Amino acid sequence: MMLDAAGWAALQLSLLVGVTATLIGVPLATWVAWLLARGTFFGKAALNALVHLPLVLPPVVTGYLLLILFGRAGPVGRFLEDTLGLVFAFRWTGAALAALIMAFPLMVRAIRLAIEAVDPGLEAAARTLGASSMGVFRTVTLPLILPGILAGGVMGFAKAIGEFGATITFVANIPGQTQTLPSAIYALLQVPGGEAAAARLVIWACVLALAAVVLSEWLARRVARRIAGTP
Amino acid sequence: MTLRVEITHRAGDFTLDVAFETGAGVTALFGRSGAGKTTIVNAVAGLITPDHARIRLHDTTFHDQNTRLPTHQRKIGYVFQDARLFPHLNVAQNLDYARRFGARPDARAEIIELLGLGDLLDRAPATLSGGQKQRVALGRALLSDPQLLLMDEPLAALDAPRKAEILPYFEALKRQTGVPILYVSHALDEIARIADHMVVIERGRIMAQGDLFHVLSNPALTPLFGVREAGAVLRAKVRERADDGLTRIETGAGDLHLPGVHAPEGSRIRLRVLAQDVMIARDRPAGISALNILPARIEARFVGDGPGVALRLAAGSEHLLARITARAWAALELAEGDEVFAVIKATSVAPGAISGAVTGRF
Repeated sequence: MMLDAAGWAALQLSLLVGVTATLIGVPLATWVAWLLARGTFFGKAALNALVHLPLVLPPVVTGYLLLILFGRAGPVGRFLEDTLGLVFAFRWTGAALAALIMAFPLMVRAIRLAIEAVDPGLEAAARTLGASSMGVFRTVTLPLILPGILAGGVMGFAKAIGEFGATITFVANIPGQTQTLPSAIYALLQVPGGEAAAARLVIWACVLALAAVVLSEWLARRVARRIAGTP
Repeated sequence: MTLRVEITHRAGDFTLDVAFETGAGVTALFGRSGAGKTTIVNAVAGLITPDHARIRLHDTTFHDQNTRLPTHQRKIGYVFQDARLFPHLNVAQNLDYARRFGARPDARAEIIELLGLGDLLDRAPATLSGGQKQRVALGRALLSDPQLLLMDEPLAALDAPRKAEILPYFEALKRQTGVPILYVSHALDEIARIADHMVVIERGRIMAQGDLFHVLSNPALTPLFGVREAGAVLRAKVRERADDGLTRIETGAGDLHLPGVHAPEGSRIRLRVLAQDVMIARDRPAGISALNILPARIEARFVGDGPGVALRLAAGSEHLLARITARAWAALELAEGDEVFAVIKATSVAPGAISGAVTGRF
């Protein structure tokens, strides 16, 4: 199962992209999921639609929109480059951004389900015992949804390491720079004699995906048990 | 510690419009389901925002035109019908939850002792029985060091044995803490055992309020309480037990002789005498098997839609409620102010109606 240098680079980049997208995405997704599950505010439906857009748009379209917005000439991209020195176009950071956007709806959905499974009566009880909104979230909501957050994180991670369409559209397929696992497999299948190397990458992709599914199933069972309150 | 409540609130075609004031002790909010009891308690807790309200506890404004004190700053304890224990915390962590937000209860050990929670501290809420859960919920509310305790049908979800198991804890709690309690219930037997004051609510409006003994003996409320449930409560003291199993009970209305009294001699109890178990006689009956005959005066009457007449009787320093037929009222040529005799059959006072609650005012 040994991989050549380019294969290793693709695997490592995919892991880096997946971890980055997950670590940034999970707190953000928790906040958005909480807003959608418990908040009442103007524009909630619009926020919900925006979050879910990448799930229903063709990934190529999402990638193209990212290119327009976050490319070096794009309004957001130029602003971030000028203020933070952060460049997305044709960098691994762009791959991570694309993966984050594509994985985000999955994380929000998993976490939102966990929040909605928490009895609001428990949160009301916490308030009568002296907990502020932040206190209620920290001591009641968060501990109860933690397994849901982890499950959402695992699903998001699996989606992030496998993202292809938006990534290749936004940051292309530069070996060692933006070539993730799926784009490496795609590139190998485009050249004669690349099947063997592609097959090895495919096996690695399967292993990662399976591990993520098993982990996520295990965590989902813990959510159910935890919210039912059995130890 | 006075709680003043004025609420008007509209939800759909239901309008709540109430104003009442309570002091120390237990104030029962009585009404059928849907009468608006829970809405009132939730407004006092700040869990809902009524359309218009003025709610003050002592000198703290909870709610008025300019103020909305958030729930967590109201220093209230709330015991819900479903115990609402935090499933991810064990019993001890549930009890100490309010400490995380600055509550410094000074009687933790005493409360745990009082509620019999010592053996449960390591348990997970899911492993507790309904009665145990409710005791933990009560302890958790008390340990938040509340200025006011709200209880929304805390016993309604429990079966009769669990209720019997937990009621003595409520009575002990009332004796040992000075915290005023607002107690929502539609069960008159519970209210008769633990309340001092009573507010009767029907379809969002207050029908009667005041001293518990006075409200329960109000004949006009008989249709609301239900003809089988209506009954006055007497303050009583247990005296000696005779060889034949009857115990002499001293009340402000005179002595009663009752079977099945297990409270020790000298203890103060409450006796609930159902209106349908009280008969009226013009003259002191002779040659009758009933042992308990009390002289009384007809103070007020209420003629309902049915064939019955409900009477409030003044008997010594106490009041009784009696329900007779309109035909009997006419046949006996009774009138308000008449001196009569109330006949109570000894076996008609159910053991469950005898409580160990101490009012300290007998």
